[in-house]
Amino acid sequence: MRISADTDVCIGAGQCVLTEPAVFDQDDAEGTVVLHTTEPAAEYEDAVRDAVQLCPAQALSIVEE
Amino acid sequence: MTAPDVPAFPMNRTCPFDAPPEYAELRGTRPVVSAQLPGDQRTWLLTRHEDVRAALADPALSSNRRNPGFPLRAFGVRPPADFPQPMIGLDGAAHSAARRPVISEFSVPRVHALRPRIQQIVDEAIDTLLAAGQPADLVRYLSLPVPSLVICELLGVPYADHEFFQSRSARLVNRAVDPDERMAAATEVREYLDGLVTEKEREPGDDLLGRQILRARADGTEDHGGLVSLAFLLLIAGHETTANMISLGTLALLTHPDQLGLVRDDPATTPLAVEELLRYFSIVDSGTARVAVADTEIGGQPIAAGEGVIALGLAANRDPQVFERPDDLDVTRGARHHVAFGFGPHQCLGQNLARAELTIVFDTLLRRVPTLALAGGVEDIPTKQDATIYGCYELPVTW
Ligand code: HEM
Ligand code: SF4
Repeated sequence: MRISADTDVCIGAGQCVLTEPAVFDQDDAEGTVVLHTTEPAAEYEDAVRDAVQLCPAQALSIVEE
Repeated sequence: MTAPDVPAFPMNRTCPFDAPPEYAELRGTRPVVSAQLPGDQRTWLLTRHEDVRAALADPALSSNRRNPGFPLRAFGVRPPADFPQPMIGLDGAAHSAARRPVISEFSVPRVHALRPRIQQIVDEAIDTLLAAGQPADLVRYLSLPVPSLVICELLGVPYADHEFFQSRSARLVNRAVDPDERMAAATEVREYLDGLVTEKEREPGDDLLGRQILRARADGTEDHGGLVSLAFLLLIAGHETTANMISLGTLALLTHPDQLGLVRDDPATTPLAVEELLRYFSIVDSGTARVAVADTEIGGQPIAAGEGVIALGLAANRDPQVFERPDDLDVTRGARHHVAFGFGPHQCLGQNLARAELTIVFDTLLRRVPTLALAGGVEDIPTKQDATIYGCYELPVTW
């Protein structure tokens, strides 16, 4: 799975970080999403899908399965 | 005059724990319905989770409280004309420009770093509660002071002014206080914040206001009025909401002993319980209102520019298509796709701060005061049926 994040639309709600801190973080200065990896390991795939659904700003997308 | 097939809004909760019965009925039969507001205004009401999320993410629906079609104007929500609209009333690029500089202040890691200070504030509030003698009003000693002191901390209100800030803001958000007195308290708080911002401009400290000032100076966007308006919004948006959730959450746990047991026995349950309590009460409910500024469509219903839309958070959060047994309080549910903090670009800026405050309050209260109980019956608790934000005025407790 490959994912991408659009920091221009991210509103820093942190829903993704609450869902899977191993994949998502928030930038210290800007508060917007930071990806620890763009290719999360298989064990995180379900959590990543949840985060994509939960994100209030549609800032996260799955680029390929 | 209300036509027979036009429901009247607002609709009341029939007991502290249940949604207005009309919500389920409408969700089943007319999920997007035109309703009558007090006065001559109509509004669309949304009751399905899917439609509520769609509406709150729809750029054709505006948050501008100055638009004459904005439905909450029927309840007296009107920002003073001489005051710059804070982010909650802005749309699109203007909203983004107002929100962007502040989001790092409320990020998950930043809020995590605030936890020891929040714990201290909660410990001290519980000390005063216990010293007050029984029965004591939990709203007065715990629910109101905790969020107010946390906001003091955040904004960098000097310790010597905490008492002033705390008493005025408690009056300002207390709907039992008469409107004139509340207005006076609002003016006092606004003047205080104006002075505070001026002081921080002279000597920007290591606090939210200080950091905003330095950031704006670096970008060439310094705006005194805008910063006062932001400080006031943070107080208004974060005080009564969090206070009501502390009171209602405690009330729900005390009246559902099996659920309380689960939380008390395993602290890992508390964050889940907080999410469930947020869903279950959905205190902002009709606060997520919008006005169409272009023609759009929600749930198959065309909405014309100029029409109001109320995305009912409580109705969405009790949607059986999305939540199993939606009317049961289940602290192990672990559902975070509720809309208690809204959805779309305005989703609550302070949500992680609210989560931290609520988690720390419930953890500390249940462990430090294991004999905590309601002083009277549930039916004696005065609830806020009349307010835009649901809660209770008083919560007398014993231990
Ligand atoms: C349990 C407590 C809380 C609840 C239930 C709550 C709920 C909400 C909801 C539903 C919205 C969306 C309004 C809309 O879409 O029109 C919102 C926005 C907001 N909240 Fe909260 N809130 C809480 C606590 C806080 C706290 C502690 C703060 C900050 C100190 C805060 C600051 C804000 C701000 C600034 C906005 C406007 C965001 C924007 O327009 O982009 N809230 N809140
Ligand atoms: S959930 Fe979405 S809006 Fe929130 S921080 Fe993550 S990417 Fe940004």
